[in-house]
Amino acid sequence: MTQTDLPADLQSRGHDWASPRARANVARRRRSETVLRVVGLGAILLAFLMLGILLWTLISQGSLAFRQTHITLNVPVAAEHVDPADPAKGNYRRVIAAAMSETFPEADTTEQRALSKILSNQAQFVVRDKVVADPGLIGNEVRIRVPVSDPYDQLAKGQVDTTSAAETRRLSDVEIANFRALEEQGLISKPLNWALVTANDSRFPELAGLKGAIVGSAYALLICFLISFPLGIGAAIYLEEFAPRNRLSDVIEVNINNLAAVPSIVFGLLALAVFLGWFGMPRGAPFVGGLTLALMTLPTIIIAARNALKAVPPSIREAALGVGASKQQVVFGHVLPLAMPGILTGTIIGLAQALGETAPLLLIGMNAFVTSTPATPFDASTALPTQIFIWADSPERGFTSRTSAAILVLLGFLVMMNALAIFLRNRFERRW
Amino acid sequence: MTRMKITVSALAVVALSATAAAARDQIRIVGSSTVFPYTQAVAEEFSNQTGAPAPIVESTGTGGGMQIFCGGIGEQHPDLTGASRRMKKSEYDLCQQNGVTDVSEALIGYDGLSIAGSRANETDWNLTLAQIFQALAAEVPVDGQMVPNPHTKWSDIDPSLPDTEIIVLGPPPTSGTRDAFVELAMHAGCEQIDEIATIAEESGNEDWVAENCSRMRTDGPFIEAGENDNLIVQRLESDPNALGIFGYSFLFENMDKLKGVKIDGVEPQTETIADGSYPLSRPLYFYVKNAHRGVIPNLDEFVNAYVAEDALASDGYLAERGLVALGDDERTKLQDDIQSATPVEITE
Repeated sequence: MTQTDLPADLQSRGHDWASPRARANVARRRRSETVLRVVGLGAILLAFLMLGILLWTLISQGSLAFRQTHITLNVPVAAEHVDPADPAKGNYRRVIAAAMSETFPEADTTEQRALSKILSNQAQFVVRDKVVADPGLIGNEVRIRVPVSDPYDQLAKGQVDTTSAAETRRLSDVEIANFRALEEQGLISKPLNWALVTANDSRFPELAGLKGAIVGSAYALLICFLISFPLGIGAAIYLEEFAPRNRLSDVIEVNINNLAAVPSIVFGLLALAVFLGWFGMPRGAPFVGGLTLALMTLPTIIIAARNALKAVPPSIREAALGVGASKQQVVFGHVLPLAMPGILTGTIIGLAQALGETAPLLLIGMNAFVTSTPATPFDASTALPTQIFIWADSPERGFTSRTSAAILVLLGFLVMMNALAIFLRNRFERRW
Repeated sequence: MTRMKITVSALAVVALSATAAAARDQIRIVGSSTVFPYTQAVAEEFSNQTGAPAPIVESTGTGGGMQIFCGGIGEQHPDLTGASRRMKKSEYDLCQQNGVTDVSEALIGYDGLSIAGSRANETDWNLTLAQIFQALAAEVPVDGQMVPNPHTKWSDIDPSLPDTEIIVLGPPPTSGTRDAFVELAMHAGCEQIDEIATIAEESGNEDWVAENCSRMRTDGPFIEAGENDNLIVQRLESDPNALGIFGYSFLFENMDKLKGVKIDGVEPQTETIADGSYPLSRPLYFYVKNAHRGVIPNLDEFVNAYVAEDALASDGYLAERGLVALGDDERTKLQDDIQSATPVEITE
């Protein structure tokens, strides 16, 4: 190609598209674009890889906790252990031991003791509650299905290397043989572990569940929502629709943005000093947790609400004002309803953030060991992230998988909340 | 309409919060993370046995627990605190100042402190306390002088020890486990060294050991690994040359991955901790406000359940969890003291 082949106007400006310099230039630009694409793709792949590794470790660990080994047993309730006049006071430890010795008739006393340990500590109370509900069972058999204790649960799930030296295991060869015998009799089953979400915390991993933590988190989020949502919208409406544009409102705006970036532990310290210290509110109550989380969520909601209000076109306001509506009528009758989907989306994302927050809750004592579900927001309880924190620090093997399972439950709630936010946005948001 | 709803719910929240602090039917417990699992066990057992509401047990650390416990008398203050060491004079004074004058002390048993390493390491670890001190202290004696710790490998201390880097993961200074380790291992190890005895004598200072042997080295071989003992266990699995310091219950639960380091030839086991032949064991206490007993529902019953035979005896359910039980005489005395609510007095 020669210079004369090019159109006249390009020739006149002196561009030589075919010159080696121009070609090199084009090649360089293409190359740098390719590099950018590869780097971008690489970044995304890396992020996905990290996420994949995280999920894989959580699921591979946590899936163990989604099943719990149970034992089905016929328990004879003998009158010598349980007094029919006062069935609640009976010696149910003995009742369980008697049931096990019936299953293993040739075991001596010390062996029988070890045999009772196959069952979770809960077994005696399960029998007690059945007998108390129906005292006619004394002298008869009760059929129970209860979890087995943690070491045997690990054994049933194949987490114990039975070929290793005996002193490196929690269970001796005899104990393993006993358990295998029960398995052969078909008394061992591994149903889905509903206790993980229907039971309260316990010191025994086989009994521990997240119910108290889920309810505690729900209460805390409810309080957080009740406080931060109206306050956030109020602040946003004032700042966006009524506040004069001057230096003061600029200062407020900058500070709200700063507040959104304050580390959550600072809010925890504030809550410890103010809510617990000055106001004397109870330690570990979801109500206080909710207040603390509300402080944290408020800036997020204000910013989201302001952006949503800003996105409503001025023509709507002008039209309403034009037909004689007052400023208040304009805001509550037209602007706010149109901005609501955006506000809700921001609120839900703020609440999802609050749900995963741990540090401030640790400071106000929401990391206690509580074996009951909180009946009101003022009863001490844990929250999901603090429950994970407690379990992660427990020595029992069963808590390792339960920690991962609890993280998966928390992630499940977060995904649900974010999905709800996306749904609301897609369904109701209007574009102008 | 919407605004009405919001106003009403906001008012309801405020009204509820006003009544929140009014009544408490649950026992409140704070304190050491080492006593926490035992208190947990008693709390759960107590609630299961009696049907009373389960006490709320919070793990705040020994020092933090004392601060909250000594805050005052009344429903907003906890009833009981656990401690992995005895109450200090300063804490006792704080209690007195705030009107918490009638406190009973209960020594519930002992807890072993273990040093352990990965099973992947072939070495049959057997250390003396003096060697542990030489490996971990900030300053060690060389030629009659205290110098910054020069040892980087175990073989630098004693040629019979393995030729590997010293890597020991342990608790941070805020932890009660750290306090106990310094007192039981570092001070005792320090005193076993002849050179130290000479230096200490020359200084004429009776507290020389406490003042000079308490600091752990900060130049790398000793790594503060945070309060979470499970993290230390995981680190040991991935690094076979490292050793870790943590409560005995974590070694007990992870015997398939870890093996205990023998101290003076004694392996950490429930039996050796109980008979005192394993040197690293510390006392565990709880403190209870006698003024709250009889006022807070079930507190008196709970405290008695805590010191009862089926909890504290050597075949009790706390022993199952790793607590090393008291002797029979000590236990009887404890039960009497608790029953009669004998107040404790701490003078030093």
